[in-house]
Amino acid sequence: MSESQMDQKPVETNGIMSWIDARFPATETFEYHMSKYYAPKNVNWLYLFGWLATFVLVNQLLTGIWLTMNYIPSGDGAFASVEYIMRDVEFGWLIRYLHSTGASAFFLVIFLHMFRALAYGSYRGPRELVWLIGMAIFAVLMIEGFFGYLLPWGNMSYWGAQVIVSLVGAVPLIGPDLMEWVRGDFLMSDVALNRFFALHVVALPIVLLGLVFVHFVSLHHVGSNNPDGVEIKKNKDENGVPLDGIPFFPYIVVHDIDATVRFLFVFCLVVFFAPEMGGYFIEKPNFEVANPLKTPDHIAPVWYFTPYYAMLRAATFPLFGMDAKFWGLVTMAAAVIIPVALPWLDRSPVKSMRYKGWPSRIALGALCVSFVVLGWLGLQPATKIYTMLAQLFTLLYFAYFVLMPWYTRVEQTKPEPERVT
Amino acid sequence: MRNFGSLLVGVVVLAFMIGSPSSWSAAKNDWPMEDFEPDLTNLPSLQNGFKLYANYCLGCHGLQYQRYGRTADDLGVPRELALESVVFTGQKIGELITTSMDPDQAKSWFGATPPDLTLEARLRSPEWIYNYLKTFYVDDSRPLGVNNGVYPNVGMPNVLLSLQGVQRYDRENGKLLVEEGSGSMNAEEFDAAIYDLSNFLYYVGEPSRLERQRLGIYVLLFLVILGTFTFLLNREFEKDVH
Repeated sequence: MSESQMDQKPVETNGIMSWIDARFPATETFEYHMSKYYAPKNVNWLYLFGWLATFVLVNQLLTGIWLTMNYIPSGDGAFASVEYIMRDVEFGWLIRYLHSTGASAFFLVIFLHMFRALAYGSYRGPRELVWLIGMAIFAVLMIEGFFGYLLPWGNMSYWGAQVIVSLVGAVPLIGPDLMEWVRGDFLMSDVALNRFFALHVVALPIVLLGLVFVHFVSLHHVGSNNPDGVEIKKNKDENGVPLDGIPFFPYIVVHDIDATVRFLFVFCLVVFFAPEMGGYFIEKPNFEVANPLKTPDHIAPVWYFTPYYAMLRAATFPLFGMDAKFWGLVTMAAAVIIPVALPWLDRSPVKSMRYKGWPSRIALGALCVSFVVLGWLGLQPATKIYTMLAQLFTLLYFAYFVLMPWYTRVEQTKPEPERVT
Repeated sequence: MRNFGSLLVGVVVLAFMIGSPSSWSAAKNDWPMEDFEPDLTNLPSLQNGFKLYANYCLGCHGLQYQRYGRTADDLGVPRELALESVVFTGQKIGELITTSMDPDQAKSWFGATPPDLTLEARLRSPEWIYNYLKTFYVDDSRPLGVNNGVYPNVGMPNVLLSLQGVQRYDRENGKLLVEEGSGSMNAEEFDAAIYDLSNFLYYVGEPSRLERQRLGIYVLLFLVILGTFTFLLNREFEKDVH
C-alpha cells in the first residue's frame, strides 16, 4: 500500500457492492488504482504514450486472435492464408491492417514513451524498478515483433529472419550449433515458422501481459513522475491527498479517452489510406512468397529495428581474435540493454530536463538525432560512406550513456521548484 | 502543448507517407517509364482487363489467391456471363483463378516457372506492368526472338504480339517503333488494352482497396464527431483542475 492510501479510509459500500467487497477487494482496488490514485496535475502530452501503448497492446491481442483463426502456420500454407484473410475473410483485410499497422504504432508510441522517461528523469529513484520492468517489456516486444514478422512468410520476412537468426552463429565456439538449434533445421523452414508462431501467439504475449501488469503495480506504488521531476507526495493536505495531484479517475481517464480518439484518427488514416506506408510498414518484397533460392536485392528490417540494425552493421573489423559479426552482435545487444543502467548513470541533483543544464540537453538531442539517423542508415545499402556514418552515430548513441555520469555531475543545474509548476 | 503533440505526430506520419525506401523499387534499370494512373472506378476498363487476362495471360500465369466469383461481383459482371466468357477451365465460379499449366513443364520450357501474378502490382507497381507490357521488341539474339525494355533479357515470349504488331528498338534514338499494320490494333487501341490489363492487375493486387477507402471516410468522420464530444467532455473536467 502506498502512503497516500494508508492515510485514507476506504469508502463504505452497500448492497451488491458490499457483498462483493466482503469477498473480493473490488472497491478497494478501484480506489487504489483509479479514483484515489493521484497523478500530477502538470503532466503533458508526452504522458499519453504509456496509455496509448496499452491501447495498442489490446488492439494487437484482439486482432491477433482473429488473425489466428484463419492463419495457417506452415511453409505451404502461411502466405496463401494471409491472402485468404485479405480476400475471402469478412473484414479480414481490416483485421490484418490493424495488426500490421498496430505493430509499427506500438514501437512508435513506445519510443515516445521512452523519450518522455529520458527527458523528465522518470527512470530515477524511486522509479528504478518501473524503468527496469519497462526495459524488459521493450526487449520482449522486440522479440515479439521479430517473430511476428516471419509469419506472413513473404520473401522479406524469410530473409530478414534468416539474417537475424544467423547472428546467433557469431557466438564463439557454440555459434553454428546454436543457430541450428534455434532454427531446428539447417535453414529457415517450417520448423522455425511453427516455433516462431507458437512463441508469437502464446508464450510472449503471456510474458508481455505479466510484465505490463507489474509495470503498472510498481508505477502505482511509487506514483507517476511529471515534467518538473518533483515528487507530489511531498506536499499533502490533511486527508493525505497530494496537493498537486488529481484523481486518475475520472480526470486522467477522460483526458486519455480524448487523446485516444486523436490517436485513432491518425492510426485509421494509415490503416485505411496508407497501410503499406510507402513500403515502411509492409515492404514490397513481402508480396512474394518466401523463396530460399531468391535473395531480395536489398534486405532491410522493418523501420523500428533499423537503428539497431545499422549499429550491427557498423562493426566492420575483427578485434581480440573475434570476427566483426560477433562484435556487431555485441554492439546491437549493448545498444538495447544499456538504457537499463540509466538510473545509476544519471548523477544529476535534478530529474527533469527543465532544470538540467545544457550538456544534458545537447546529449539527449544528440541521442535522438543519432537514433533517427541510424534508423535511416539501417534502410540503406551498406556503402563505405554510410558505414562510416553509422559508426560515427553509433559512438554518439553510446556517448549519451557512457558520458552521462560525467556531464550530469559537472553541469550547472537550475534549482527544482518546491511544487509543480 | 497538446496541439504541439498532435502536430508532431502528424509530421512523423506525413514524413513516413512521403518518403519511401527508394532502394526497394523493383525496377533496377533506367528505362524511361510512362506514367500510369490506375482507376478502380472504371468498371468497363477492369472488365476488359479481366477478359484480356483470361485470354492472353491465364494460360501461363495464375491468380491463385483470387476467386472468379469475387472478381465478377466486384467488376459488376453477372456470374453466368463470367462463367461463359472468362472461365475456360471448367472450374466453378467460387474457385480460385489458377492456371492449368504444369509448373515443372513450364520451367523446362521457359527456364523459369511463370510467376503467379495476383500480387504483381503490389510487388512491383501497376506502372511497371504497363510499361513492361508495352516495351517488348524484336531481338534475334534472344532464344524467343524478343527482348524487353523494362525487364531486359526476360524469359517471357511477346504474348501480345498479334495485337501490338512487330515492334523494333531503334537504339540510336532510344525509341521503340511498331511496324505499321503488323498488329490487329493501332497504337491507341493497344495502349488502351494494356491500360485495362494493368488496371485489372492493380485491382487483383488488393481487391478490397475501394471498400477500404470508402469505409475509411466513414470511420474518420465518426472519429471527428466522437472527438468533438470527448474534447468537450475533457474540457469540462479540466475546469476542475486549475
